[in-house]
Amino acid sequence: MSIAITTQIICFTVLSLIILIGALGVVLLESIVYSAFLLGGVFMSVAGLYLLLNASFVAAAQVLVYVGAVNVLIIFAIMLVNKKEDLKPINDIKSRRIISTSICLTLLSLLIRVDLTNVWSLSSPQNSIGEESTIRIGEHLFSDYLLPFELASVLLLMAMIGAIVLARRDVMTKDISTGLPVDQELIEKSSEPLLTNKN
Amino acid sequence: MSLESIPIQAYLIVSSALFCIGIWGLLNSRNAVRVLMSIELMLNAVNINLMAFSSYIDNNLIQGQVFTIFVITVAAAEAAVGLAILLSLYRNRVTVDMESFNLLKW
Repeated sequence: MSIAITTQIICFTVLSLIILIGALGVVLLESIVYSAFLLGGVFMSVAGLYLLLNASFVAAAQVLVYVGAVNVLIIFAIMLVNKKEDLKPINDIKSRRIISTSICLTLLSLLIRVDLTNVWSLSSPQNSIGEESTIRIGEHLFSDYLLPFELASVLLLMAMIGAIVLARRDVMTKDISTGLPVDQELIEKSSEPLLTNKN
Repeated sequence: MSLESIPIQAYLIVSSALFCIGIWGLLNSRNAVRVLMSIELMLNAVNINLMAFSSYIDNNLIQGQVFTIFVITVAAAEAAVGLAILLSLYRNRVTVDMESFNLLKW
């Protein structure tokens, strides 16, 4: 990386702040739509961190797969299931919050302690292949990681078929167990309109 | 300040914080879509870790980047199947509240 160190530090700080504040927004914001768009911002900033780490191919894959596919999929899912509903109150919500927050803070302090106290055996930057990483990834994928690469294609095929089978509507005309005709109507048709006015 | 590059600890701390935020969201969300988003956050934290190690410790063979590619692949498959399960749950229960999916609760 030929960028000056000051520029690198500024980029890293800005990207980290976007990632952490965006992630907090994803889990804390009331509106799920804002969460989804903030999640897209977090994914883009993570791709920026990859660029800082000299990994242009993985950054491009991150933008294509996460921002282009996963985030769009999540937004579509929100669009399909976004019904305003009054959640039932849970009686022990406060103790649950306290326990989960303390677990997360404990884990965070543990991880940060490991990060700071462990002596990492850093390799010298002279060996770094830098911008050649795309070529090296290609070599890996077609030599020593060939089997996982092929298995990944099978996994994607299985996921695609599985998603279609799970998400399609029931097309049988009769219920198998009772013999009654199956209601072919979409749920959305019989229920109240999806986008109710905001309260 | 005479740093030659950003210390690896900075990347590790960011990814630790992101992972813990993901766990908090996973434990505390009522909306099932937000649970899936938290899982994506945690996977991204793991990816940042792998990329940092690949760049600082294994910067000639960069096996961490290959691992990140595979994690991204699996995450895409997971998101597709997870959202399909969510849609079929919504069709059966007409809600996305995690508290109402308690059929397997003992």
